[in-house]
Amino acid sequence: MRLIINGKEQVIDSGNMTIQEILKICDVKSPDLVSVQLNRKFIKREDYTTTVAGENDEIDFLYFMGGGGLIE
Amino acid sequence: MNFTENQIERYSRHIILQEVGPEGQKKINNAKVLVAGVGGLGSPVALYLAAAGVGTIGLADNDVVDMTNLQRQVIHFTSDLDKHKVESAADKISALNPDVEIRMHKGFLNPENIAGIISGYDFIIDGTDNFPSKFLINDACVLNGKAFSHGGILRFEGQTMTYTPGNTCYRCVFGYAPPKNAVPSCSQAGVLGSIAGMLGTIQATEAIKYIIGKGRLLTNRMLTFNAFNMNFGEVNLSANSDCPVCGSNPVITKLEMDEQPVCDLKQ
Repeated sequence: MRLIINGKEQVIDSGNMTIQEILKICDVKSPDLVSVQLNRKFIKREDYTTTVAGENDEIDFLYFMGGGGLIE
Repeated sequence: MNFTENQIERYSRHIILQEVGPEGQKKINNAKVLVAGVGGLGSPVALYLAAAGVGTIGLADNDVVDMTNLQRQVIHFTSDLDKHKVESAADKISALNPDVEIRMHKGFLNPENIAGIISGYDFIIDGTDNFPSKFLINDACVLNGKAFSHGGILRFEGQTMTYTPGNTCYRCVFGYAPPKNAVPSCSQAGVLGSIAGMLGTIQATEAIKYIIGKGRLLTNRMLTFNAFNMNFGEVNLSANSDCPVCGSNPVITKLEMDEQPVCDLKQ
């Protein structure tokens, strides 16, 4: 199926997949530390195993990033 | 307020910009911006806001200048080692532009003091490096109707978004602070110094656009970049109806620090 992941088209040799499965094939090491939007709607972390994405769906991963470098 | 001859000369490159003009420059000269965290991000932000003539710049930090800061925190010099960051930054801002009034907030931002501090400003820059502070700034801005710029950097990467009331907030995206040590900090994982400049100058630009009321802000979108490959990306965002602070049934109605459960995932 064809997915748009972070704005880039990706063709995956599979039918519909759960968010959890997509995180795995995209090599996201810590799914607890990434926020996921499916077609611009945020998915709750507890729903990653039950929410399914299919043909032409848009998925965005957003990672926690601190930075600044001051108050350690 | 009328410009002095010196000011017309100093701000001439802004004034000749059609989108800024004398009206926009006056707005900048009357604006009040809080820089929360005068470190990697806060340094370039404070310098560019001072150069632009932002009328009042607030500086909030609780730290002194350390040798490891100097690789990226460009407002602090070698001669400032051990000096309070707020004082070190204030010295440079005064030297750069005596038009700027500086307000010093030495100490941590906490749930008790943050609302009082931000009430005196038009726009807030989040230049903090820890998640409880980032969420606190978000909540204080959401609950008090203030606009702010979120910035994060790590290794070669950066992300930034701008919040204005009614639009996607930081908690819409990330929910709650991650477990302690689950996300490495710059001191643990490193950061290329110039990345702080790339991200901080974007934050300063957002502040100025907000002040003059022109251009398209980074609201409802997160700008991300990976400077190693020099790729820029943008993720469109929608306000999250389940957001704990701005959603339809908010559970956060007063300010508190996010707890960070201890976790040793990456240790």
